[in-house]
Amino acid sequence: MIICRSATELETMHRAGMIVWGALTELRKRVQPGVSTQELDELAEEYARKHKARPAFKNYHGYPKSLCASINNEVVHGIPSAKRIVKEGDILSMDFGVEFEGYYGDAALTVPVGKIAPEREKLLRVTREALEHGIEQARAGNRLTDISAAVQQWVEKNGLSVVREFVGHSIGTKMHEDLQLPNYGEPGHGPKLQAGMVLAIEPMVNAGSPAVKVLEDKWTAVTADGGDSAHFEHTVAVTENGPWILTRPRDAAGPVW
Amino acid sequence: MAKRPQADKQKADSGNPKEDAIEVMATVIEPLPNAMFRVELENKHQVLAHISGKMRKNFIRILPGDKVAVELSPYDLTRGRIVYRYK
Repeated sequence: MIICRSATELETMHRAGMIVWGALTELRKRVQPGVSTQELDELAEEYARKHKARPAFKNYHGYPKSLCASINNEVVHGIPSAKRIVKEGDILSMDFGVEFEGYYGDAALTVPVGKIAPEREKLLRVTREALEHGIEQARAGNRLTDISAAVQQWVEKNGLSVVREFVGHSIGTKMHEDLQLPNYGEPGHGPKLQAGMVLAIEPMVNAGSPAVKVLEDKWTAVTADGGDSAHFEHTVAVTENGPWILTRPRDAAGPVW
Repeated sequence: MAKRPQADKQKADSGNPKEDAIEVMATVIEPLPNAMFRVELENKHQVLAHISGKMRKNFIRILPGDKVAVELSPYDLTRGRIVYRYK
C-alpha cells in the first residue's frame, strides 16, 4: 500500500532521521585501524538511547545487534563482533536505523579505514554518487523505477555492478513497508511518486560480479566472487519541491555523505 | 537495513493504462459492423475505433464525416475508442 505521510509525520521522521545521521556521523570519526565493529555497535546503540530512540535493528527478525557493519567483501548485514577489527586499507559499511516516537529512520554509509586503494576509492565514490542520482529522481510525478534506473545506469556506466538480491523500501511506521525499490530496472514503471511518500534508497554496488550469497549466520551477505562491495543509504521523503533527505540536516550541502 | 525482495509482494502494475491513453481528434471515414468505425487522424493515419459505452448509453449516433475525439491505447496505436462527437 502506498502511504503518504502528513507534514507532522514527516517532521517526526526527520527527527528520527537526524538521530541516525548523528549516530553515523559520530561513528564515522571513530573508524580507525584497530577498532572493532563491536565497539561501533555499542556506540551506535548508546547514541540512540541517549536521544530517546530505539535501535531498530536489534531483534528485527532476529538480528542480534543494533548496527550492521560490513567489511570489504561483505555487502550488507555484517554482524558486529569484538573479533572483527578493521585494519588500514579496509572499507567499512555501517547501516543504522532507529525508531523514534513510532517512526523509523534508516541510513548507511561506507567509509575508508585509513588510506585505501584507488579502486576502493572509486567504488565508494560511485556508490555515493549513485545514491545522489537516485535521490534526484525522488520527485512527485516520477515513477518508482526512475530511481532504480538512475542508480543502475550510473553504476554500470562506471564499470561496477548492482546487487540484485537486496532492495530499498518504503519506510514509515515500520522499518520495511510495502513498496520495494530495486536498484536496477527500466525507468517508467511502478507506482507514481506522490508527495508524502518516504523511501529508503540504498544502492549496493559490487566491484566484481553482482552475485551475493548469505553466510551460515543467516545474515551476513558477501559477494560471491569475493570482490569489494559498498553501500550508501538515505531515508528520503518525496515532496512537491523535490526530494527531502530526512536522514540529514535540512540545510546540509555538498555530497550526501 | 536492506530488504530481501519478495516476488509476490511487488505489483506488476506499471501505471494506469487509462491515464496513459492518447487522445486525438479524428474524422470518421466509414462505418463497420458492430459499432466499429474506420477513422482518419490528423496525421492521415487510419485507425480502427469502437464507440464508447457512454456514447452508446446516451444513444449518440456517429456518421461518416463526423469529427470525433478518439482515445488511443498506449499498447496498440492502431486501435481506439471514440469518446466524443464534436458538433
